[in-house]
Amino acid sequence: MTDVGTLHAPMKVEFDYTRSLGPTLSEFMTGLKRRQILGGKLADGTVAVPPPEFDPQTYDPITELVPVGSEGVVQSWVWVPEPVPGQPLDKPFAFAQIVLDGTDRPLLHAVAVEAPDQIATGQRVRAVWAEETVGAITDIRWFEPEGDGPATVPGPEGEAVNGIIAPVNLSYDYAASPEESKFFRGLADGKLIGQRCPVCEKVYVPPRGACPVDGVPTTDEVEVADRGTVTTFCIVNVPFTGQQIPIPYVSAYVLLDGADIAFLHLILGIDAADVRMGLRVKAVWKPRDEWGTTIANISHFEPTGEPDADFETYKVHL
Amino acid sequence: MRDVAIVGFAQRQMKEFDGSPTCVELLVPIFAELFEQTGWTKSDIDFWCSGSSDYLAGRAFSFVSAVDAIGALPPVMESHVEMDAAWALYEAWVKIQTGLVDTALVYGFGKSSAGQLRRVMSLQMDPYTVTPLWADAVSVAGLQARAGLEGGAWDEEQMAAVVARSMSDATGNEHAIRSRTTTVEDVLAQPMYADPLRRWDCAPVSDGAAAIVISAADTPAFDRFPGQSAWITGFEHRIEPGALNSRDLTVSTSTAAAGAAAGVDGVDLAELHAPFSHQELILGSALGLGDDVRINPSGGALTANPMFTAGLNRIGEAARQVWSGGSQRALAHATSGPALQQNLVMTMEARS
Amino acid sequence: MTTLAAVVGVGQTHHRAKRGDVSMAGLLREAVDRALADAELTFDDIDAIVIGKAPDLFEGVMMPELYLAEALGAPGKPLLRVHTAGSVGGSTAIVAASLVEAGIHERVLTVAFEKQSESNAMWALSIPVPFIMPVHAGAGGYFAPHVRSYIRRSGAPTHIGAIVAAKDRQNALKNPFAHLQNPDTTFESVMASQMLWDPIRYDETCPSSDGACALVIASEDAVQRSGIKNPAWIHGTQMRSEPTTAAERDQVNPHAGREAAAALWKQAGITSPIDEIDCAEIYVPFSWFEPMWLENLGFAEQGGGWKLTEAGETAIGGRIPVNMSGGVLSSNPIGASGMLRFGEAALQVMGEAGEHQVDGARKALGHAYGGGSQFFAMWVVGADKPTH
Repeated sequence: MTDVGTLHAPMKVEFDYTRSLGPTLSEFMTGLKRRQILGGKLADGTVAVPPPEFDPQTYDPITELVPVGSEGVVQSWVWVPEPVPGQPLDKPFAFAQIVLDGTDRPLLHAVAVEAPDQIATGQRVRAVWAEETVGAITDIRWFEPEGDGPATVPGPEGEAVNGIIAPVNLSYDYAASPEESKFFRGLADGKLIGQRCPVCEKVYVPPRGACPVDGVPTTDEVEVADRGTVTTFCIVNVPFTGQQIPIPYVSAYVLLDGADIAFLHLILGIDAADVRMGLRVKAVWKPRDEWGTTIANISHFEPTGEPDADFETYKVHL
Repeated sequence: MRDVAIVGFAQRQMKEFDGSPTCVELLVPIFAELFEQTGWTKSDIDFWCSGSSDYLAGRAFSFVSAVDAIGALPPVMESHVEMDAAWALYEAWVKIQTGLVDTALVYGFGKSSAGQLRRVMSLQMDPYTVTPLWADAVSVAGLQARAGLEGGAWDEEQMAAVVARSMSDATGNEHAIRSRTTTVEDVLAQPMYADPLRRWDCAPVSDGAAAIVISAADTPAFDRFPGQSAWITGFEHRIEPGALNSRDLTVSTSTAAAGAAAGVDGVDLAELHAPFSHQELILGSALGLGDDVRINPSGGALTANPMFTAGLNRIGEAARQVWSGGSQRALAHATSGPALQQNLVMTMEARS
Repeated sequence: MTTLAAVVGVGQTHHRAKRGDVSMAGLLREAVDRALADAELTFDDIDAIVIGKAPDLFEGVMMPELYLAEALGAPGKPLLRVHTAGSVGGSTAIVAASLVEAGIHERVLTVAFEKQSESNAMWALSIPVPFIMPVHAGAGGYFAPHVRSYIRRSGAPTHIGAIVAAKDRQNALKNPFAHLQNPDTTFESVMASQMLWDPIRYDETCPSSDGACALVIASEDAVQRSGIKNPAWIHGTQMRSEPTTAAERDQVNPHAGREAAAALWKQAGITSPIDEIDCAEIYVPFSWFEPMWLENLGFAEQGGGWKLTEAGETAIGGRIPVNMSGGVLSSNPIGASGMLRFGEAALQVMGEAGEHQVDGARKALGHAYGGGSQFFAMWVVGADKPTH
């Protein structure tokens, strides 16, 4: 860990989205499950795969779907030298616009070839189906140059497909601002470092890249106490995806002594029902060997035993 | 229509911004620079509007923290579009036209390097039938490029000429992140990357922020403004279908329609937002720009393409040319969506 | 203003926890088709489209309006996508109105939607950020402490929230589009429901809904040329924003909301809101926000909002009926929730609110807020043209 620059950490955004389909896409996906490609008949008489839900010219719903071939002609293509996660192949391949037999408008899908010189516009290709089809565009694993291999084996009849699951998994490099980084590094030393806004002179913990009142970075460092006052709080009793703390727990705004803004943390060491506005609390630090550059170095706050703070002392912080 | 002028522009670009995804650290000095240019303070700004993307930042409400850079207490009149900030500028211009406000500061920001940009952008495709294949932004542009190459709409030399001119011009732009004095031959000697695209045909992944100040003429703040103005003479935008197979990818009907409505006659300079070299060719013909129109003296998006800001930058770069006398009548263009799906055209002029 | 503008068409979906029968495109088209039919117009008559929704992470589509262009009838036209957190439905309608008021377009279609069943809003709003303690628990966890602050500051009895919840759920029974349709929800049942984010009970929270809302906004000329006899004239629109957190920021009675309301009343020529506004659709995702916003909007003095609620003045037939449609507490397709408030206000002054119509409503408020009570959007619509 360096002491300069900003702190970075990986951040994942992952969810399997459940998409309901509506009539047009349901019929299309049900077709794919049965290894049958269906095209939509557009107002201008052309056939398009995938079938659009709404006509590109009249904007009316597309209701007529017709079976089309699972072979077709490459209309345009591009080489994918460095595939990204989730793409149909994990080695270099081509994306192509493929006009399937019986259609007029191209389908965008992958073509599995070893090198760019093995694909050309005008080339005939055919669908390679997944062993097990579920009713998704990925039931077509990819297309391959047409050869003498076996013809498509129809899939099982199966039930109609009304939805798909679309996993979205993204990885980000998260960076804290320089001001926040100072704060998190301070935590690694067991200190709570705030900064004062040079204009309004309020002490922000954590410090800010821009004082939200004055629009300038906070500057002068101020070490604040690891004890303070609960301004307000809630008792969380609801489970949710990604939750990391067992319920019920008290999530509270703690106004640290010396700070001009409260921050959120956990209150333990007291029955949730006994937590109250004005409660005086102190930080309970994790064992030092567990410390990192994170607010989680403070396991939680617990009562100090001091008398409650007077409402007047924190009422402007609500 | 009220007469509205562009009176301030500031920008920051870099390959990798070492700071928070909210880009507050970039916006603070940009706003300060704009106040210096205009001689105004925060209280002279009636309306604030921004453009950015949650998916670029990887979190919901990424634009919320950016409000801190304004210093928004007392509160401000403010709005946000999930689009390039060029469209935020449009919203601000409309607000001025209603008469409710006289001045606006519009900003955009984005940290493309936080994620894998071309993969993130595949979330812009049809979520049922295309995104599950993770059709990335470079691949979609490549399909478009080949359609034009093999259909005879343009050739490799024309694409290379766009690259060579852009990279050479960018040597004069301190904000460019890819620049080099180069030639068509040099460009064509580069290896293929995503055939038919070379790496230089594709905009570099760029982080950045930018902001523009506009003002109506009939206002006290404008009377105090000491600098040059670029007067907005046309401001239009249009969208095309989302399904790639419902469009002829080798032309840009939305750019043509926006250009016709904005009025492109007599422009001597155009800043075109073309993140891929062939797209500049599409845009040039959609707008009917002749050989006498100077295109992208800044180097354009091929030399720095901060997402959600690059379109606003085109407007700012065109305005700078008008301010300095480099152009009497300029055009600026912004694009959004896969393969030039949505396009915006602004025309502006100098007045003595 | 170059021209007056009016709402001439209102459309919405049946809001449900999961609209498994439609795609995202199909969902918003349901609202769009109804709004166009209500305005007696087709896509050919529309000059521009303004769409709004809450974070893209909710549906996992980056800028979904791009893929939705055909469903919106947008190709060849201008399309704007607004995103201002929870206030977005209101902000979107305001941007659409401004396109007309500026004299740029004659008829603008505006749409807002959310298909929350595609993911989970709690997840999307609580993705752990590195270095920070993950104590947040979605929107309820965020707002509950501020509700507690309100109770402390105003001295309100702790059952006020339940009065609001029971009233809005009963109002929802009069609205066929509302998501929650439970005749058994009463004050007693709300009081008996589980404390979820103490002091907020389960029945005091909004549901998670799939739904959409669409409006057609037309210029004075276009209204005159149309067959629409009962447009909802727009008397004023305002938006204000402030930071999420700032030293000594008032999170109970936010400055931005007070300032937006004051500007709105002035713009609409209103000096005593409670006397001059006939009914209000206010963004109340957690029951306690009714009394909080009554104060913030100037319908009551600070600390007095709960007294209006307790006295039944916010029920249909009261002094200032609030959320006659059932409100956000009964239907919450997040991105559309603000536009539903704006649209329901319009329906009231158009006289088209059906069973939840307030008799003789001539002026109504539509209100939305978002983020950490920091983004505000609101409008006043009237049965008569504005006179000032």
